Amino acid sequence: MATSSPPRTANRWQVGRLVERRVETPTAQTLVLEVPDWPGHLPGQHVDLRLTAPDGYQAARSYSIAGPVVNGPGGPRIEVTVQRVHDGEVSPYLIDVFGDGDPVEVRGPLGGWFIWRPEETAPVQLVAGGSGIVPLMAMIRARRATGSKAPFRLIYSVRTPGDVIYADELRRRVRDDFGLDIAYVYTREAPEGWRGEPHRIGLADVNTHGWPPDLEPLTYVCGPTAFVETVADLLVGWGHPSRRVKTERFGPTG
Amino acid sequence: MGIVSPGFQGRPRTQEPALPPGQYLTEDFPVLSAGPTPRVSLDTWEFVIAAENGSEHRWSWQELMALPQETPLVDIHCVTRWSKLGTTWQGVSLDTLLANVDTGAHFALAYSYGGYTTNLPLDDLRGGRAWVVHTFDGAPLHAEHGGPARLLVPHLYFWKSAKWVRGLRLKTMDEPGFWETAGYHDYGDPWREQRYQGD
Ligand SMILES: Cc1cc2nc3c(=O)[nH]c(=O)nc-3n(C[C@H](O)[C@H](O)[C@H](O)COP(=O)(O)OP(=O)(O)OC[C@H]3O[C@@H](n4cnc5c(N)ncnc54)[C@H](O)[C@@H]3O)c2cc1C
Repeated sequence: MATSSPPRTANRWQVGRLVERRVETPTAQTLVLEVPDWPGHLPGQHVDLRLTAPDGYQAARSYSIAGPVVNGPGGPRIEVTVQRVHDGEVSPYLIDVFGDGDPVEVRGPLGGWFIWRPEETAPVQLVAGGSGIVPLMAMIRARRATGSKAPFRLIYSVRTPGDVIYADELRRRVRDDFGLDIAYVYTREAPEGWRGEPHRIGLADVNTHGWPPDLEPLTYVCGPTAFVETVADLLVGWGHPSRRVKTERFGPTG
Repeated sequence: MGIVSPGFQGRPRTQEPALPPGQYLTEDFPVLSAGPTPRVSLDTWEFVIAAENGSEHRWSWQELMALPQETPLVDIHCVTRWSKLGTTWQGVSLDTLLANVDTGAHFALAYSYGGYTTNLPLDDLRGGRAWVVHTFDGAPLHAEHGGPARLLVPHLYFWKSAKWVRGLRLKTMDEPGFWETAGYHDYGDPWREQRYQGD
């Protein structure tokens, strides 16, 4: 991550290229972009990606960076994970059309608030809804990469077991990363043997699997608007001070 | 123009009205904020303008409602690229609220219940361009959109229209607010695409 050019590059568009693609779920893919002048970033930050049509029309959207910088043969690489929005303009292009080696304009890193600093030692609770897992996964991966001992708990709400993004890696992390716990909430269809009925996240999920307020955890909640509203209200109602609850709201209102 | 993205056409755009660059139209009303939604009781709500000389002007909810009301019909533009056209609000013009405030300040820091802040040149709050609003589309403003009252400064990106607004501190020197400290542009003109520092 070390570089001679600090965040100056965050303020201009540069050209990245698609060098690798991984299918995460039937509706989500991870795109690995080679970005030669990448200045480094903190877990939780995002990039803006900008597309240009032949007639000059442009569309840009924000995508969270999914993990630490990876070094490739052609320079630094960053990963984003894109969830298809059925009638969307940009996400279906990135998933279906954007090809190996294709260029895309990238601007970042952006966002200086929804970040976790690996030198923090306070317990961390992460609450993800759907693709809201992406910036939280960046924190989980940074915790591992830096050898942080901050205790982490993740509550991850998905529709069905097949919608869990990073499913294999999350299983491995729970096994190998001491001090990381994960609980899933299924809204439509639960796996065999899971205790309870599919349901939307509620206070019982949050106070069974989250940290109690007296441990003074840092909380990060990310997902669709209605999900974030619900969870943040539950946490504040339970006694977590608002200023320790950071939120990022993705996508259309629900 | 940027580098062409192979195979990208964009959404069919036949009669798009004039939007600031990089914006798209939405019928939704998306919500963006940095933390939980504060819930503020009207019994304790107040709006305070503190001038640089230390004098304070305060309005309770009843006092705000007793002031002359305006119903701006405006377009709004969020830095995350949605724009919404022809939104209707009701509230009190900042011209009314600032009328008896004796100040030589050039800047204002708006602050909110919940701790949010954002800075604006004081001139941008004058001249019929800014309001404290409590009604959206004929109904009381929902808490998630900043109710009971928010600032409305439609000619700037919407993060300048502080939700859950509680007051203004008038200042002789500019002092960046919450997002401005986190890398966003100091002024935020959508027509000049002033999203981030350096734009
Ligand atoms: C900070 C941040 C981080 C994010 N991180 C991620 C991430 O890690 N992964 C991820 O998948 N997403 C992420 N998002 C969401 C992402 O930026 C896009 O919003 C998402 O990919 C949808 O974009 P789209 O162009 O496919 O859909 P859009 O075309 O923007 O459509 C979204 C919705 O709005 C409606 N709509 C929009 N424009 C129009 C129009 N002109 N006419 C009619 N309907 C319209 C569509 O019907 C659709 O339901 C993030 C957002 C933010 C703000």
